[in-house]
Amino acid sequence: MMNDVRYMAPSTLDEAAGALAAANGAGRILAGGTDLLVQMRAGVVSPGVIIDVKKIAEMTTIEAVGGGFRIGAAVSGAVVGEHAALRQAWPGVVEAINLIGSKQIQGRASAGGNLCNASPAADSVPALVAAAATVTIHGPKGRREVPVEKIHAGPGRTTLERGEIVVSFTLPPRAPGSADAYLRLIPRTEMDIAVVGCGVNLTVQGGTCTSARVGLGAVAPTVLLVEDAAQALIGSRLDDKALDAAAAACRAVCKPINDKRGTIAYRTKIAGVLLKRATAIALERAGRH
Amino acid sequence: MAKTHVSTTINGEPVEFLCDPTQSLLDVLRDNLGLTGSKEGCGSGDCGACSVTLDNRLVCSCLILAPEAEGHSIRTIEGMAQGDQLHPLQQKFVELAALQCGICTPGFLVASKALLDRNPDPTETEIRYWLAGNLCRCTGYDKIIRAVMEVAADMREAAR
Repeated sequence: MMNDVRYMAPSTLDEAAGALAAANGAGRILAGGTDLLVQMRAGVVSPGVIIDVKKIAEMTTIEAVGGGFRIGAAVSGAVVGEHAALRQAWPGVVEAINLIGSKQIQGRASAGGNLCNASPAADSVPALVAAAATVTIHGPKGRREVPVEKIHAGPGRTTLERGEIVVSFTLPPRAPGSADAYLRLIPRTEMDIAVVGCGVNLTVQGGTCTSARVGLGAVAPTVLLVEDAAQALIGSRLDDKALDAAAAACRAVCKPINDKRGTIAYRTKIAGVLLKRATAIALERAGRH
Repeated sequence: MAKTHVSTTINGEPVEFLCDPTQSLLDVLRDNLGLTGSKEGCGSGDCGACSVTLDNRLVCSCLILAPEAEGHSIRTIEGMAQGDQLHPLQQKFVELAALQCGICTPGFLVASKALLDRNPDPTETEIRYWLAGNLCRCTGYDKIIRAVMEVAADMREAAR
């Protein structure tokens, strides 16, 4: 690795955002480092300053707030997975974050890093989109709050402005009868990149779906919020007809790449299959709440 | 280029070192501190040969910048045996021939210990998933999994 790099670990967001803005594009945020260090070693990025955000308390803690949760963007997957109340309320979000890499990677990798790395196949993102998570962003001009689906601009690109840092995710309060689920298809059983990923978040009351959100990953340049699929589920009893319509809506939005992991036709078909399976899991979980 | 000064704890002992800002923790362990038990397999977090714990959390030391170790506690394979007394996992790996060339072994041992410290009674499936981030290209995983299962059973028996 190159040597003309500065490492800093500020304890405030103002300091971190100031340093990032001052670096003028040559700054990189370091959370778990499981993407950044790999990219540096491969020569894909060569930052002038590395800003380690793990000394910023707001970014490294999970809090129950206003009936929901605030998850610091740099909290590791392992810590997320050990949070019993979060697992209970948002099993789909937690399982999606916990699918990123091995146990070793889980010890470091964060949902914030997964989002900002902006891979269309990022496992945590479809689940967070389905969960209607919002992102708190801190920058030189202050703070703003945006839906998670507004962050990705394309493979490796985000809508963050100069000096802006993703601080935390906020998950909303849960209505009774709500649950979520995330499924991805990979050719192995563990440790691989999603061919398709699908997050489904449901509220079911008296057997009828009263609200739904669907997030799809790895089938387009960005993770997608599939509103037509949600509309097909809402108001139904999640019967085969509704599921077929939602699966068709998922297939309709797919604009995937053709690569060694899956052809366009395969990824498109699987998007519908995963929608149905994730919905079934979320429904079963919702029945327990 | 100025070196960064880092104060940390390694295998229970306070350690200070100087490093380049982008040197990995693995490189410092091996090259600056002479702790060559942790291996570099892939250098990208895929193989687990560089596994250590950081504040009791299993991590790849190749994906940690050495300055990040400041103020934290690191445990490596060198801290596993008590003097000449092998850790039960080390002993069992020898008995069951759960190693061949040995490059992956320190990582498997560190990862297996991290599992048993957390979960003294893992199922075979739990062990296989836990160790999915450690790659072995010669022994085959079966002997490794058996060794971990037997140690877990022995340790539970001893704890009765």
